Amino acid sequence: MSSRLLPLMAFMALVVLLLVGLKISDKKTQIPSPLIDKPVPAFDLPVLANPSRQMTNESFLGKPYLVNFWGSWCVTCRAEHPVVTDLANLNAVYIIGMNFRDESPDAIAWLQRWGDPYDVSLIDYDGRTSIDFGVYAAPETFLVDPSGTIVFKHLGQLTWDIVENEILPRVASMESGS
Amino acid sequence: MYKLTVFLLTILMSVSVLAQQTQVQEPLVFKSQEQQERFDQLTKELRCLVCQNQNLADSDAPLAHDLRREVHELLQTGRNDEEIKQFLVDRYGDFVLYRPPVQTNTYLLWFAPLVLFLIGGLVIRASVKKRTALFNANKNSND
Repeated sequence: MSSRLLPLMAFMALVVLLLVGLKISDKKTQIPSPLIDKPVPAFDLPVLANPSRQMTNESFLGKPYLVNFWGSWCVTCRAEHPVVTDLANLNAVYIIGMNFRDESPDAIAWLQRWGDPYDVSLIDYDGRTSIDFGVYAAPETFLVDPSGTIVFKHLGQLTWDIVENEILPRVASMESGS
Repeated sequence: MYKLTVFLLTILMSVSVLAQQTQVQEPLVFKSQEQQERFDQLTKELRCLVCQNQNLADSDAPLAHDLRREVHELLQTGRNDEEIKQFLVDRYGDFVLYRPPVQTNTYLLWFAPLVLFLIGGLVIRASVKKRTALFNANKNSND
C-alpha cells in the first residue's frame, strides 16, 4: 500500500514546490541590495543647475535624504514623477535627483517640462556613481540617514504606497531619534 | 529557383555575420594576451543585471557596456580576479556571479543534488535487497 502512495506523495510535493515557485516568481527580479546598512558610496559630482559647483556625499551629512536615480530617457521616471512631486511638496525629506547617463540639456528640458521636484540635481554623466550604488535599472531610490548610511532602497517606480509605508515612517523615526 | 534561394541565403548569412562583428567592437585595449583572456573569462562569469539571463560578455545593454569598461579598468589597475568579482558583489550582490559561492545560504543549492543522489541510492539498495530476498524465497520454495 505504501509503495503505491509514494509516487502520489512525491507528485504532491512537486505540486507544492511549483506553487511556491509561482508565488515568489514576481519577487525574483527584485534583487536584494547589498548596500542596505552600508555607508553611502562616495561621490563628487557637478550640480545640474550650476556645473561649476561640485557636491560630495559629505555635503549631505546630518540630515536624512533620498537619492533618486533618473534620466530623461527613462520612461518609468516620467511615470513616477507625480509621486516624487507629491513627496517633495510635503517637505518631509531632502531629495537629490541623480541624473545619470543623460545629456544635461535634455535633463534640464525634462525638469522644465514636467516640473523639478528635486532639492538638488547632480550629474552622473558616465554612470560611475550609479555603478557604485549598484543601480541596474531606472528609477532607483535610496534613503540615507543623517549619518550617511543607506537604510532603504526601492527598485523601479515609486508609488505613494511605498512613500507612505516605507519612506516616511523611516524618516520620522530618524528625526525623533536625533 | 534553387540557385536563387542559395544565393539569397548566402547573402543573408554574410550580413548576419557582419552584424555580429560590429556588435563585438569596443574600444577596449589590453596590455597583453593574458589580460585579454582574463577579461574574457571574467565577463563570461559575471551576469548582466538588466538582461538577467545573459552574461556581461554577451549583452549589449548600456549597463553591460559600463560594467565591461569597469572590469577593464580594474584589470588595468592590476587587481586580481577575486578583487574584481568582489567589487561587483559589493555593489550588486551575489546575484552578479553566475557561479554562486559556497556559503551558508547556498548550502542547499550546492549539496541538495548530492543528498538526493544518496537518497536515490538508498532507495535502490533497499528495493534490490527486498527483491533479492523475494527471489531467493521463491527459489527455495521451488526447490
